[in-house]
Amino acid sequence: MLRCREVSKLVSESMERKLPFGTRMQVWMHLMLCRFCAGFARQVRFLRRAARQSPERLAGSPSTPETTLSQEARERIKAALRGNNGS
Amino acid sequence: MASAGSPSHGTVDPATWVDRHGDTLYRYALSRLRDPDAAEEVVQETFVAALHSLDQYSGRGAEGAWLLGILKRKVVDCVRRRNRPGSATGAEMGADPSEAFFDGRGNWRFDPRIAKMRPDACLERDEFWQTFRGCLKGLPPRQADVFSLREMEELSTDNICKELQITASNLWVLLHRARLQLMRCMKVHLERWGDL
Repeated sequence: MLRCREVSKLVSESMERKLPFGTRMQVWMHLMLCRFCAGFARQVRFLRRAARQSPERLAGSPSTPETTLSQEARERIKAALRGNNGS
Repeated sequence: MASAGSPSHGTVDPATWVDRHGDTLYRYALSRLRDPDAAEEVVQETFVAALHSLDQYSGRGAEGAWLLGILKRKVVDCVRRRNRPGSATGAEMGADPSEAFFDGRGNWRFDPRIAKMRPDACLERDEFWQTFRGCLKGLPPRQADVFSLREMEELSTDNICKELQITASNLWVLLHRARLQLMRCMKVHLERWGDL
């Protein structure tokens, strides 16, 4: 019988590749019996869905000083573009 | 080089790039890199690279999408650079955190489930994203980087391994550690907010 430690590892791994059939069955059986691991598996899938659905929200709200280019950066980038133009 | 805004380049006008696309590109880079300086640098690299490849731009399709395509490549380059062996984050895997999660018999030390979290409702809540962002930022940098490439950039496992020159099993270990620690951090913070 697999332990939660291995199951959590295999659940994470199953997000990256298809596990061998026997392993998949063992994990499945464990998840039927263990609410903690089943919850962990659900949350692993949920985090993927959240991150892929709205990755930009992980940067913060738009139009706040933290998520917009600073004036200095803006000027610096414009200068770099002028410097590179026509070269 | 063709002058800015020449008819052959359709609507492309480098003089207006920074004001029109700068913030969008910056926010994109910041979400993946979590470091304002690195994000600024990558945005600048993107515009300069775009200027140099103006001739390759067909003029078809949106300017913003073309610039974003270049930015995505630059983001991966930046992650590769900072994870190079011997660099700040180095090639090390970081400490194994599993002792904190599992007891000697391999059972959970605590309930990993986040109480009262309604998945669909919490995606609408700023508190959820603020927590996710904070917890991702708190991970060891290398773990946060592979998590971002895999779950935000949606790079394939093979691609990430190639870019970072690590084996697939190293990548699985890094992602597993990232997920365990993210989950614990988010549990602690989200349960404080009450119903989500």
